[in-house]
Amino acid sequence: MKKKLTTVQFRGTKEQEEKLLEVIEKYRGTKGAMMPILQEAQDIYGYLPIEVQKIIAEKTGTPLEEIFGIVSFYAQFALNPKGDVSIAVCLGTACYVKGSGDLINKIQEKLNVEPGSTTPDGKFTLEATRCIGACGLAPVLTINNDVYGRLTVADLDGILEKYL
Amino acid sequence: MIRSHVLICGGTGCTSSGSMALRDALEKELEAKGLTEEIKIVTTGCFGLCALGPVMIVYPDGTFYSMVQPTDIPEIVEEHLLKGRPVERLEYHEKTGDHHVANSLNETNFYKKQKRVALRNCGVINPEVIDEYIAMDGYAALGKVLTEMTPEQVIDTILASGLRGRGGAGFPTGKKWQLARNLVQDGGKKYVACNADEGDPGAFMDRSILEGDPHALIEAMAIAGYAIGADEGFVYVRAEYPIAIQRLDIAIKQAREYGLLGKNIFGTGFNFDMSIRLGAGAFVCGEETALMTSIEGNRGEPRPRPPFPAVKGLFERPTVLNNVETYANIAQIILNGPEWFSSMGTEKSAGTKVFALGGKITNTGLVEIPMGTTLREVVEEIGGGIPNGKKFKAAQTGGPSGGCIPAHLIDTPIDYDNLLAIGSMMGSGGLIVMDEDNCMVDIARFFLDFTVDESCGKCTPCRVGTKRMLEILDKIIAGNGELEDIDRLEELAEYIKSASLCGLGQTAPNPVLSTLRYFRDEYIAHVVDKKCPAGVCKNLLSYVIVADKCKGCTACARVCPVGAISGSVKQPHVIDTAKCIKCGACMSKCKFGAIIKQ
Ligand SMILES: Cc1cc2nc3c(=O)[nH]c(=O)nc-3n(C[C@H](O)[C@H](O)[C@H](O)COP(=O)(O)O)c2cc1C
Ligand code: SF4
Ligand code: FES
Ligand code: FES
Repeated sequence: MKKKLTTVQFRGTKEQEEKLLEVIEKYRGTKGAMMPILQEAQDIYGYLPIEVQKIIAEKTGTPLEEIFGIVSFYAQFALNPKGDVSIAVCLGTACYVKGSGDLINKIQEKLNVEPGSTTPDGKFTLEATRCIGACGLAPVLTINNDVYGRLTVADLDGILEKYL
Repeated sequence: MIRSHVLICGGTGCTSSGSMALRDALEKELEAKGLTEEIKIVTTGCFGLCALGPVMIVYPDGTFYSMVQPTDIPEIVEEHLLKGRPVERLEYHEKTGDHHVANSLNETNFYKKQKRVALRNCGVINPEVIDEYIAMDGYAALGKVLTEMTPEQVIDTILASGLRGRGGAGFPTGKKWQLARNLVQDGGKKYVACNADEGDPGAFMDRSILEGDPHALIEAMAIAGYAIGADEGFVYVRAEYPIAIQRLDIAIKQAREYGLLGKNIFGTGFNFDMSIRLGAGAFVCGEETALMTSIEGNRGEPRPRPPFPAVKGLFERPTVLNNVETYANIAQIILNGPEWFSSMGTEKSAGTKVFALGGKITNTGLVEIPMGTTLREVVEEIGGGIPNGKKFKAAQTGGPSGGCIPAHLIDTPIDYDNLLAIGSMMGSGGLIVMDEDNCMVDIARFFLDFTVDESCGKCTPCRVGTKRMLEILDKIIAGNGELEDIDRLEELAEYIKSASLCGLGQTAPNPVLSTLRYFRDEYIAHVVDKKCPAGVCKNLLSYVIVADKCKGCTACARVCPVGAISGSVKQPHVIDTAKCIKCGACMSKCKFGAIIKQ
């Protein structure tokens, strides 16, 4: 998976850093702790910019390139901050055969944003996800934590309006 | 005195369609009517019929309500729970012949042909209450194993049952345990691991078990630990499954409180504990060696085998890795005996298999069938057929590693060997039904796009080869294909299959090969006639107006964003195909069905 580096300036706070240090302490001595540390770090900051990776590298004594190697490998680790409204269209098979490809194309067109990126105003992030387990309601998309199912392209306007 | 139980589904499908709001509304209503002592709400895991969610069952009578809204609650409470008259309007009505009948869940066609072993407690118990699991003989198998059986006897029982891995490859589970027990006997540490990464997009069997019956997994992993001599377990769950993770976490804590995990379990001196590790969205991490590298905290790249995990697995120690559904069968086999298990299914594929039935099928949801059930029974009887009067075209199993089963093979009994023989595979249980509106070239492209994205990049044939194949498919779909491209696809496929390190690369060409095998004419239509018979591939379509049907209402001309439609009022219109951008707006606007894609 290719990942683009962010150009957004890092705005981490002291509190976030303290929390991160606690997490690192908690896992000291645990075998194979890098994944949980990165996952919790992402929960704290919302993404994993290089500044955060540097802190983790320093405190765990792991080379930065190794950490970057892990972060860039896994789709779930984000190098970019997300927009206020995060739209994820399911492109799992069950949703795809029921037309989720058309949904994502339409949203892309409407918001003028490529899947995997955020609008320049930082408002909308569009992503393609894999099965979220609600295949019974295919095709589905999630906006922040709300799930919308049994969709057609015609439903999109009404749904997006709520978040404008 | 509890006189009635109301089961509300708390699976992911139903929570997505609002079952938690439904539960809250019911709680409030019961309180308002002073019924909380008499009527108990049980939040369960998935019932299987997710398409009808939110679903709800009222016992003792077993009335099955579907698509219930919070606004329906007062009526259900007043009429059904107080006066004993089920609300017919909300009952699930099944179409049999010409009329619809209201059925309780067990009488529906959807359930009748199923045999629930791995899903036995899903939709039945509250997964967050360990006592409910125990009341269903939960942890009795662990007790039996620890107090009455030697590890060898446990392994022999699993071997005799004929259980094969449900994660895809179908390796005999007992054999795997035997190897992990015997190959290394240095008294050092061993591990039990569970693959709950569920990477097949469009499949949710494992998630439903974790959400609906997490203790079944914990019990089985402890049994495996005893059998191979391990005291520690890991469950690798995909992070996209928050409800499953939360329920498993609760279940582990409860099991510890009850002394069913931890030190000296059942006072036998056996120790076993386990923890959860989250995946981070890499499909290749479902592959066993990659999964272990990921648990160790690295990039989840596969490593060559041998050494096999039974010799050198997690942290270089012997490890047994099984799929969630494989584990979900274990306690049942111990309690009911291996003969009971092998009496279900076919000779070489014992037991049942859970499938996530999706796509163009009426009853989307989760089904568990005895091995050997035919695809026709699954699609037509359990699945309720194809909606909107469309025709069955193919079913896809095995996800990105699998293939398509075309209509003329619909009577194939489903088991490991039959599916392999027809160029598909069992896979972990995704079963996606496609109708005549699905283009098989487009579906092949869909899966290849997935593997290109997910290839870890370690080996060139997989990394570059799949990309070349995708480019060729893109070319065909865009209308620029040549006949030689089909040969090139086949050549590349063989090369990638034979030269890739792990199962991802070795199976990546399967969706293309199997669609080429059964739907070659569809490829030819794209390449030679520059047409997409299913009407999916946009570049190969043209929208045309059927003059006979056109009333000249001008609706299409007004909606066309590029002004490609001309004609005078009350006269048949025409589309200028050179200007048309194929957005389809005219077609959805036409009230007379006069616009077609061809
Ligand atoms: C690319 C790839 C992805 C896989 N994904 C999964 C998965 O998501 N879940 C799973 O149980 N097995 C998956 N497997 C199979 C595992 O490697 C392994 O065979 C299985 O977990 C063993 O358990 P079982 O014997 O109980 O089936 C995958 C294999 C490959 C090659
Ligand atoms: S076959 Fe593909 S996924 Fe598997 S190790 Fe090689 S590059 Fe990685
Ligand atoms: S495929 Fe979209 S939710 Fe499962
Ligand atoms: S999630 Fe409720 S029936 Fe499947």
